[in-house]
Amino acid sequence: MKSTKVIWGSAALMVLALPAIGCAPSAPAGAKRTAAGASDIAVAAQKTFVAPGDLDEYYMFASGGHSGNVYVYGIPSMRHLSTIPVYSPYPATGYGFDDDSRKMLGNLTWGDVHHPSLSETNGDYDGRWLFVNDMNGRIARIDLRDFKTKQILGPVANISGNHSGAFVTPNTEYAMMGTRFSIPIPKGTVVPIEKYATEYKGVVAGVKIDKTSGEMSLGWEVMLPPFDFDLGDAGKKVSDGWMFWTSYNAERATGKLEVTASQRDRDYIAAVDWRAAEKAIADGKGDMIGGVKVIDPKKVPGIVYLMPCGKSPHGVDVAPNGKWIVGSGKLQGVTTVFNFEKIQTAIRNKDFTGEEDGIPVLKYESIKEAEVTVGLGPLHTQFGPDDFAYTSLFVDSAIAKWKLGTWEVVDKVPMSYSIGHLAAAEGDTVSPDGKYLVGLNKLSHGRHLSVGPSQPESSQLVDISEEKMKLLYDAFTEPEPHYAQIVKADKLHPIEVYPKEENKHPLAVWDVKDTGVTRNGTNVTVKAVLVRSTITPTSVTVNQGDTLTVAITNIEQTTDELHGFGLLDYNMNVVVDPGETKTFTIKADKPGVFPYYCTNFCSALHQEMQGYLIVNKK
Amino acid sequence: MTIVQRTNRFFELSLNLRERALVVVAALLLGSVYLLPLWNLTMFAPQYPDGLRMNIYSYKLEGGNAGQDVKEINVLNHYIGMKDLAAEDFTEFKWMPFVVGAIGLLCLRTAAHGRMMDLVDVTVLYTYFAAFSLWSFGYKLYSYGHSLAPTAAVKVAPFMPPMFGHKKLANFDVYSYPAAGSYLLTLVVVLLVAALWLAWRDDAPAVMTVDT
Repeated sequence: MKSTKVIWGSAALMVLALPAIGCAPSAPAGAKRTAAGASDIAVAAQKTFVAPGDLDEYYMFASGGHSGNVYVYGIPSMRHLSTIPVYSPYPATGYGFDDDSRKMLGNLTWGDVHHPSLSETNGDYDGRWLFVNDMNGRIARIDLRDFKTKQILGPVANISGNHSGAFVTPNTEYAMMGTRFSIPIPKGTVVPIEKYATEYKGVVAGVKIDKTSGEMSLGWEVMLPPFDFDLGDAGKKVSDGWMFWTSYNAERATGKLEVTASQRDRDYIAAVDWRAAEKAIADGKGDMIGGVKVIDPKKVPGIVYLMPCGKSPHGVDVAPNGKWIVGSGKLQGVTTVFNFEKIQTAIRNKDFTGEEDGIPVLKYESIKEAEVTVGLGPLHTQFGPDDFAYTSLFVDSAIAKWKLGTWEVVDKVPMSYSIGHLAAAEGDTVSPDGKYLVGLNKLSHGRHLSVGPSQPESSQLVDISEEKMKLLYDAFTEPEPHYAQIVKADKLHPIEVYPKEENKHPLAVWDVKDTGVTRNGTNVTVKAVLVRSTITPTSVTVNQGDTLTVAITNIEQTTDELHGFGLLDYNMNVVVDPGETKTFTIKADKPGVFPYYCTNFCSALHQEMQGYLIVNKK
Repeated sequence: MTIVQRTNRFFELSLNLRERALVVVAALLLGSVYLLPLWNLTMFAPQYPDGLRMNIYSYKLEGGNAGQDVKEINVLNHYIGMKDLAAEDFTEFKWMPFVVGAIGLLCLRTAAHGRMMDLVDVTVLYTYFAAFSLWSFGYKLYSYGHSLAPTAAVKVAPFMPPMFGHKKLANFDVYSYPAAGSYLLTLVVVLLVAALWLAWRDDAPAVMTVDT
């Protein structure tokens, strides 16, 4: 039968055609659990293995995002060494419980740390302090002598959503702050959202750093249009004296910003002549807003210029020579390199294409040096020796290596997954080390044992010592690393105990004989001593309603002999380092007998290190 | 010559420039006792990879790590009920420098007088002092190891800490050795005896001449 033949024929054709149709692979091409072959794995293992007892070559200070902490890692082992609480209480070190740190935190018990910034001398890390921003309009200083938060400045007037900090200038004259979420200023002013474009303001600020003490105070503020100021970097060498801030939402849009703020092909990098701003404030210029002097560029020209940069730029990074300024438009496939000398020429020649609220807009074509086709979603750039630059690509989930001057992309390495910031060894200084680079990824998708839906982020160590970048190691961290900085270990010289002779605390006592309880009306002061393995006094009796201040001195001078003081049912735990004195204050409003004990394991008789607070009923 | 005559004659010997010089050097070496440690104790444990160190001088205890190590040793010893190592408990720190000074003066006196009798005096006195000091140090160690408070948290059998060499005590490897000061003090004896011997030998032929 003819029809039978047709059926058979068709069936045969279909079988023949099958290989041509094929089927989708089970995983994307090139997707592997590891980025290297077996021999490379052995090399990677050797490069990252820090033998027991050996020390890492670099410190990495990683922001802890909305945990409010800073995390310290060793590179190349990627071992987590320490957590420095900054904006959140942290019972592990008693931070946020004792009087001083509680006062520093104020009423806020969280912060959002994005950009750590190590202090610099001549554009190189000097190992003295670490400054970190907080979205809640604050900035903090960590002293690297003891890895402790020493000062929190703010919330600073007029700064709203301080994302664009804490980038220090090359000699740590200033750390920076800036508004990401423009509001009507001063804070507390209410203006309908419809008037966003004209009545809402972005503000950037320079926070003055005392050269000797590191003490921070507000230096100057500049009022800007309501763009969303995102990231920044201070000029160095030839561009020293200038500060660059990226912004998105040049549209001055409101509402569904993912659409409304993504309409223009170019937004702006604001270039601020911070020495001119400093001088204007010194000359008494500026208007009082929110209790501080704010410079209005319309009234004080010559301080701010806008550099058009495509598209919705995120990171701006100044190359080690200070000449190249790299702006990465996150919604495009190129990163833009500006030439500082051309910027200066354009300013001199008034080569402007317009203005925004009285601020001149420089002509893009006059200041641009190159558009480098790095890949999709460029965010941030770090630098290595020999004029190499490394740009993170969020959308491509990769790092592109390219060359300053020739603007050629020479290598790419995939990141797992969706890299945000990246940190190269001293990669934002005037003399980058190369060697190591860490990709700080936003997603980790099953590259670790499952820990449920709340997943850690992944940080990947990449070897950049050779021509080709090589993935070495996966590490995982608590939410959420944004920027990190990697500094050579020998630049830091931390102490390991607080020397007794430096302790000037008025309530410190150094001998158990001097401990005791004094009463002044209903105010009771306890001077206590912690030393292996007794808390003296071993009991304290007060009356209900008393205000109890306990000053605790750890009189040890031995490394690692920390002691804690946990007081049950009174929500109190402080940890006192060797040689340190801390005080805490509680209202003894609950009658009863409340044990206190050493919370930080100290010795063979640690368990016995305990006592009782007796609160007599009124 | 009878033994008495010989002895008398020996005591009457005078010291030459060489012997006197040796005695002066001995006196100078004694001065080092104010500068150098006499004994060194070093303790290692797993928790103390850098060791805890203590130098004993004639007049003070000096802990390693800017004095911190002695404090640490005391903190550890309090668990076994040992008394704190405290400078005021060492009577040696008072009399040792004094005696050394006195012997130094006697040495200078010997060098000035140049008489064998003085040299014998100072040598005997010094040897006695050295032996007594050693005994005193040993007894001190014994006392610390044997007068443990009955209320101690950790009961250990009374023990003698090592005086010379290594001993394992609980988790600690304890090393105890004389230090530079002690070696120089020993050299003082050697110098004094050398002076004695040289003076005696120089005189020997004369004695023989008398005999013939």
